[in-house]
Amino acid sequence: MSEQPESGHGQTAHPSTATYLVIAAILTVITVVEVGVFYVPAFQPILAPTLLVLSAVKFALVVMFYMHLKFDHSLFRAVFILPLLIAAAVIIALLFLFRVLGA
Amino acid sequence: MSHAATAHHTSTGLDNRKIAFWTFIGSECLLFGSLIATYLVYEGRSVAGPTTHEILNIPLTTISTFDLLMSSLAMVLALAAVHRGDKVWARVWLATTAGLGTIFLGFQVYEFQHFVHEGLGFTTNLFGSTFFTLTGFHGAHVLVGVLWLTTLLVRSFQGKLGPDKALNVEIAGLYWHFVDVVWIVIFTVVYLIQTTPLPTA
Repeated sequence: MSEQPESGHGQTAHPSTATYLVIAAILTVITVVEVGVFYVPAFQPILAPTLLVLSAVKFALVVMFYMHLKFDHSLFRAVFILPLLIAAAVIIALLFLFRVLGA
Repeated sequence: MSHAATAHHTSTGLDNRKIAFWTFIGSECLLFGSLIATYLVYEGRSVAGPTTHEILNIPLTTISTFDLLMSSLAMVLALAAVHRGDKVWARVWLATTAGLGTIFLGFQVYEFQHFVHEGLGFTTNLFGSTFFTLTGFHGAHVLVGVLWLTTLLVRSFQGKLGPDKALNVEIAGLYWHFVDVVWIVIFTVVYLIQTTPLPTA
């Protein structure tokens, strides 16, 4: 996937329009697969992990390419990822605490 | 003062506005993390219906999800147009993004009205309380984003949104994409992963 470096202060080299369109197509396909998986009874035993993985891929694509975090300064990555990990930890901890998981 | 000139005068070499906005987005992760955790903890504990299986409309929400994903595409195309100094396409894509955001809000208003009509209000049960709180907060963020994009569109028509103001559009874009990624999570954990057991026939 191509990039077009642009700023001279080391912040951002944004992806090309073609890359944006490819990402949009991938996001669309993943969404279709998510909904398809939801309706297929055979997937019910592994529905949650499958959907979580697909959702994580969509999340990462938007953050990396549309929010340019893949190409931006590492400080932006740290400022975003640290709270994101804390939020994920809070969710998982509460799910165990209230016995939604591990009951 | 241009973005580049501003960036060189900071101790990090990065624009302070962008660092501040990423920090804000980090705090928003914690807000939505708490709301999602609360929903997941209480969603399956309602003592009375309606529950997820009875009321959530997956086909309708799939369309609104696609709508929001495409608004993110329009947003990055708007930013690229502003960087190029292409005023016409910048306006087209900004208007498209705001329009798709408005359509998403329309879907949400319809969904809320439908739920209330079906007997699910904010105080009906734990599912209703946590669902309306989570999706309502997200909807409010979308509304703020639409208003923000509209102001950028007005600035563009005033001739005040050239390449030197691209950072303003980039920051608005960061906000918009964050709203999009939050919905990606909500669509999965609220609509597709339904922890409430299926009602027995």
